[in-house]
Amino acid sequence: MNDIDERSFTTPDGRTIGSEILSVKNITLKFGGVTALEDISFDIKEGEIRAIIGPNGAGKSSMLNVINGFYHPQQGEVWFRKKLRPPLKPYQIAYQGVARTFQNIALFKGMSTLDNIMTGRFTHMTSGIAAQAIWKGFAEREEIENREKVEQIIDFLEIQKIRRTEVGRLPYGLQKRVELGRALAAEPKLLLLDEPMAGMNVEEKEDMSRFVLDVNEEFGTTVALIEHDMGVVMDIADRVVVMDYGKKIGDGTPAEVRSSQIVIDAYLGVSHE
Amino acid sequence: MFLLDPFFWEVVISGLLAGVMYALVALGFVLIFKASGIFNFAQGVLALFAALTLVGFQTGQVPFAHLLEAVLGIHYSHWGEGMSTVIALILSLCVMIGLAWLVVKVVLKPLVNQEGIILFMATIGLAFVLEGVGDLMWGANVKRLDVGLPEGPSDLLLDYTGMFIEKLEISAAVVAIILVILLMLFSQYTKMGRALRAVADDHQAALSVGISLETIWWVVWSISGLVALVAGVMWGAKSGVQFSLSLIALKALPVLMLGGFTSIPGAIIGGLMIGVGEKVFEFYIGPMIGGATENWFAYMLALVFLLFRPQGLFGEKIIERV
Repeated sequence: MNDIDERSFTTPDGRTIGSEILSVKNITLKFGGVTALEDISFDIKEGEIRAIIGPNGAGKSSMLNVINGFYHPQQGEVWFRKKLRPPLKPYQIAYQGVARTFQNIALFKGMSTLDNIMTGRFTHMTSGIAAQAIWKGFAEREEIENREKVEQIIDFLEIQKIRRTEVGRLPYGLQKRVELGRALAAEPKLLLLDEPMAGMNVEEKEDMSRFVLDVNEEFGTTVALIEHDMGVVMDIADRVVVMDYGKKIGDGTPAEVRSSQIVIDAYLGVSHE
Repeated sequence: MFLLDPFFWEVVISGLLAGVMYALVALGFVLIFKASGIFNFAQGVLALFAALTLVGFQTGQVPFAHLLEAVLGIHYSHWGEGMSTVIALILSLCVMIGLAWLVVKVVLKPLVNQEGIILFMATIGLAFVLEGVGDLMWGANVKRLDVGLPEGPSDLLLDYTGMFIEKLEISAAVVAIILVILLMLFSQYTKMGRALRAVADDHQAALSVGISLETIWWVVWSISGLVALVAGVMWGAKSGVQFSLSLIALKALPVLMLGGFTSIPGAIIGGLMIGVGEKVFEFYIGPMIGGATENWFAYMLALVFLLFRPQGLFGEKIIERV
């Protein structure tokens, strides 16, 4: 079960997956004596939905944190859009076009849905603090332009009704959706979703899956997501990385991964006899 | 009926005006506390430093004159006639912004991700350093600050209502109210304002949308510097620029306990309540218990609040889920 070698391929539903947008090479990440990630390599191709799966504590979230710059690995390289990426701060990586959501929702709880998603436009707004203090002119124009984009996202995610609501008061499923909206507002080249469907009921999961697929299809956004629900992964992912104890134990299409003995062992456990 | 007594209203109004001044100092605390979770002990000294700098520029003092004389033997304490108040204000603001940058680079950045108590200790250190630097730069003598605000009792109010209200206090209140409104508008309707609120809510999420914490801290400390400058000017014009000015920060503590550490409206209403409360208490209850209640009334009120509503009137409720 090796990496798919072709530079581009066509999915069963007819989308064309381009060349790689991000690749991690031999990443090793340690916290003191604990090795969170050991020699991990994989790539994400332009336009695909790439899932990262694995049991709890496998290092999936650590992997996302490396990609978006919260963690800096001791060894290994991150290549983004065919360039070796130096160790950057998370906000600099956001400016490069990587947006993300968090496992435990990290919204700005005291702010409205609208303000949360507007904050997602931060990297697209260039007015300086002086222009904003004066407000009239450049800052005001910029605010209106970006507000239009935000309204499109609100329509897309069907959250018109809650646009003025403080997000701390929203139910869990809607908060997850607002968080997705904030990430989408950045118009990212690479969208990282950390367990977007965790803790949701079947209906909410279906909604969220549909949004992820629509984002990928309509905007051509490359998506990397961590998910526990194997059914969801099999349905929406183009390719899957499987991790266990900080190591990569599988990589391929959902069908390939599902039939791999190592993966089955990691998920179901092996008898030691 | 005491509600018809002009003296009662005089007490209330002068309480409100004093309250605005307390609120102004408390506001500086709240801004920094919200954005970075740091209780900035140096806020009072910041106001003192701003006022000293302003007077220095205004009167054309040479900074570090005593140091220059001691080290190099140059006796050169003044240049020219000084400058106009407006230019001095702008320059002082620039100094506060520069100071904010230094604080972020030298104090906050090396201590990032440390416990709140450690950052609090750092701001205590900062307070002492700043007080020393202020002394060294501008000298320790009491200075008169005149920014051209009207002084004396307001004749209009005196003639029509019989109330004795200082013009200076009225203008201080007006300036403070304008400042607060501008700050609110900035934080509600601009990209940077949203970013400030975002950082106050969640550091990680803020980073992930492209907000640099260091920049935000710089902006916040600069705004606090601006608020400190305004507070320093008002208090300095009222009672002279002297080192006891830094103690106004102590009066802000009960204001914060009343209003909550995380609420800008709370700081304002808390300030007004303390201002009015202590004046009314002093004039009506004070004589019965020997007077001088103004010194402790605010703290007693804060204690009562701590007993019954520790998060203050508007603070975020502290809920611990089990």
